[in-house]
Amino acid sequence: MKSIDQYIDLFTRNREAFDKDSPEAMNRLRMAAYGSLRGKSLPEKGDEGYEKTSLDEMFSPDFGINVNRVDMTADIAASFRCDVPNMSTLLGVCVNDSFHPVSGLEQRLSDGVVFTSIRNAATQIPHIVEAYYGTLAPLARPEVALNTLLAQDGVMIYIPDGVTVEKPLQLVNIFATPAPVMAVRRLLVVLGRNSSAQLLVCDHTQSAATDCLSSQVVEIALGHGARFDYYDIEESSPLTRRSSNLFARQSKNSNLLVNGITLTCGTTRNDYSIDIDGTDCETTLAGMAVGSDNMHVDNSSIIRHLAPHCNSRQLFKYVLDDHSSGAFEGSILVTPGAPFTEAYQSNRNILAHPDARMHTRPQLEIYNDDVKCSHGATTGQLDNEALFYMRTRGIPEREAKVMLMQAFMTDVIDTVRMDGLRDRLRHLVEKRFAGAEALCGECRSSCHKKENDNEKPND
Amino acid sequence: MDKNKDLDETKHTENNTDDIIGKVTSGEYKYGFTTDIPTEILEHGLNEDVVRFISAKKGEPEWLLDFRLKAYRHWLTLEMPKWAHLDIPEIDYQAISYYAAPKAKSDAPKSLDEVDPQLIDTFNKLGIPLEEQKALSGMAVDAVMDSVSVKTTHREKLAEMGVIFCSISEAVKDYPDLVKRYLGRVVSYRDNFFAALNSAVFSDGSFVYIPKGVRCPMELSTYFRINAGGTGQFERTLIVADDDSYVSYLEGCTAPMRDENQLHAAIVEIVVEERAEVKYSTVQNWYAGDKNGRGGIYNFVTKRGLCRGHRAKLSWTQVETGSAITWKYPSCILAGDESVGEFYSVAVTNNYQQADTGTKMIHTGKNTRSTIVSKGISAGHSQNSYRGLVKIAPNADGCRNYTQCDSLLLSSTCGAHTFPYIDVLNDTAVVEHEATTSKISEDQIFYCNQRGIPTEEAVGLIVNGYAREVMNKLPMEFAVEAQKLLQITLEGSVG
Repeated sequence: MKSIDQYIDLFTRNREAFDKDSPEAMNRLRMAAYGSLRGKSLPEKGDEGYEKTSLDEMFSPDFGINVNRVDMTADIAASFRCDVPNMSTLLGVCVNDSFHPVSGLEQRLSDGVVFTSIRNAATQIPHIVEAYYGTLAPLARPEVALNTLLAQDGVMIYIPDGVTVEKPLQLVNIFATPAPVMAVRRLLVVLGRNSSAQLLVCDHTQSAATDCLSSQVVEIALGHGARFDYYDIEESSPLTRRSSNLFARQSKNSNLLVNGITLTCGTTRNDYSIDIDGTDCETTLAGMAVGSDNMHVDNSSIIRHLAPHCNSRQLFKYVLDDHSSGAFEGSILVTPGAPFTEAYQSNRNILAHPDARMHTRPQLEIYNDDVKCSHGATTGQLDNEALFYMRTRGIPEREAKVMLMQAFMTDVIDTVRMDGLRDRLRHLVEKRFAGAEALCGECRSSCHKKENDNEKPND
Repeated sequence: MDKNKDLDETKHTENNTDDIIGKVTSGEYKYGFTTDIPTEILEHGLNEDVVRFISAKKGEPEWLLDFRLKAYRHWLTLEMPKWAHLDIPEIDYQAISYYAAPKAKSDAPKSLDEVDPQLIDTFNKLGIPLEEQKALSGMAVDAVMDSVSVKTTHREKLAEMGVIFCSISEAVKDYPDLVKRYLGRVVSYRDNFFAALNSAVFSDGSFVYIPKGVRCPMELSTYFRINAGGTGQFERTLIVADDDSYVSYLEGCTAPMRDENQLHAAIVEIVVEERAEVKYSTVQNWYAGDKNGRGGIYNFVTKRGLCRGHRAKLSWTQVETGSAITWKYPSCILAGDESVGEFYSVAVTNNYQQADTGTKMIHTGKNTRSTIVSKGISAGHSQNSYRGLVKIAPNADGCRNYTQCDSLLLSSTCGAHTFPYIDVLNDTAVVEHEATTSKISEDQIFYCNQRGIPTEEAVGLIVNGYAREVMNKLPMEFAVEAQKLLQITLEGSVG
């Protein structure tokens, strides 16, 4: 039996429960999703575009879905220790797949900015939800269709025209569940003309002993001249599986930064698909993965240049230790209607253990002659001479390695446009390499305790 | 407003460019003639009887017929693969004739006098030194017309050194042990759809064996010519270089201009033993179809070499200018420790040509090295893809790969694509891949213009410079031909 069937069965048996509390915009797409899933299965290992990650296998255990929206409680404070010191954020928390605004969130939003559940947004700004929900994520992809079929709620962020949100928005996704569960997460971000915002998304797993699966679909629509930074940090558990799909569309003059960081996980598959649909856009897509134990991280990206005079840059870096494996498949597509494109892509990997594996497939697909495009990919080791140099100067081997790996990741961290977050990330990555993990509860980055003594987080 | 002006100007230059490209690329395909030679052609269609017929015609031993039949039965279970970035019209495998041979006076020509003068004419027209006088040019040639090898020169001289260079059907008769030992070793009939088809119906090809310690005194060369209409060509080349030997092998191909598409599905197998070196160069100039994409050869070839011994070296150099559709990946399996694989390629596509070509470097031996340099040039409405695999096996310590693939775009309607696959399963490997895509910049053209070089010539210069790295790897005799070919196909193109 295909793994997808159990979820389709679940849907047909509980059709009414799915529809009960969900907004009309979500319910409307369900049947279309159901139709497009007919006869399909989730991609398996070796399928084109999924060489090293089987979604079919990822979804195959019988994960429960919180169909009846039972309120799961989670000790938010216990999980949320990776706040950004010296920086105040507008915080919302998603426990499994239900959104909980952190007290006072709504009062702190001004100028018509919306950061709430899609269900609430459907009453506050129904025209926006109607106009954008499900328009960017194509149902032709089975994992997207499955998410659309099962999603009952999600998170909506809306920044009206001309509004700049000074404080970064932060969304913390937490798994807290006694039984294996699949969280069907959905995020819709709409930025009006000349607006600007930054969003930091952190994935945590509190119930580290339980199998969890997160199926996420993120849709980002940027209006003319909008500027948006999206940082996605995953620090989950070895039993957590994640299938994330991000779809973005940029209009004229917009500027988008997407940075996906995987520090700890079980099996992760991230899909990024960005359509540059207006002239003079800037796009940066960056990512890093620090692999250890049996982690598997697969990033797949495509940037489609549909309009002239746009620049895009992709940078993905992996450091893989132990039995971890990594995969990267990135492409640049330049259509005939996109002359004067500059698009660059780079993938650099370090294998730090004999059992680590890396699979890379950078691609260029170019249908226009007035372009400058390149990609580069390397896989290798830490520079032995640099290591030796450092050791001759009295730096122990382990420490020297951490320093080199840290240096290797610097340019991914440097793409971050928030000072506070950049410092925090540098710190997190350093901790991660040093192997200091799981020191404070389920959060594996141990930053809060030590930092607490001299720094006080504002929120 | 300024931007619009820029756009207009660009359009203007583009028009100019198109004119120049138009002028240049309309260069005629000079090998497009047909030769009216009495030819024996088998009726269209493929079934077990056809396979048996081909085998019987060649008087093959039982084991080879078995091999063919096994391949044929396996082929029946396969479907034509669809993953390539190519738009291939449906091929009716029952509408092809699987055997065509120029009717010979006797079984095989003993000397040049016995060869049909028209045949000699054909090869002369192709500029192939078949005549003994021209043999002074120092190349041993095996000429394959349609399905059959018509003449191999210099055999005696080569035999003195123990080098075997003959058609594969002769080799089956004269050196059955060698052929049996190596045939299908590198490319099994189970390898892929076209390998299975070829293994079932292959009619001829070249066989080369270089004994231990022999440095082949001259370049060996095969010229392939499709002549008969309604046929496919399925030849098979097998090269074995024993310990400490060296050979440089050249391959050239042409076909007449026809409105129909003809299928060419060949196999090249190379075995390189300890410290031996094989250099395999191809100048592929099958008929590419007319300006509207009518006709042309489908060139679906499986080429693979096995570096079996310690320090073996295999080097592929190819200049691909012809064929309506090219679909091939000359590969190296680097099994011997410290063996070396190289791949240098220039692939040019124009008009409605399509190419999905590249290489595979499979490192299974320790300290093996490979280099890939691929230069793609696309013009007209063509689509040119590089697809390559670099794989480092778990036990292959200390491997090194460097890949560079550049694409040059000469029109706004063509496409250039890069699909590299890099699988590293060992942490001591260093693998690098670089790719760029761009057109010839206006600065470069302007610089040349300023110095009195007309645009057309400037483009020729730049394209030649761009391809030089690969051209330099070709043997002398071929380099000249390849350079000319590049000029005929593209000379003077600007992007």
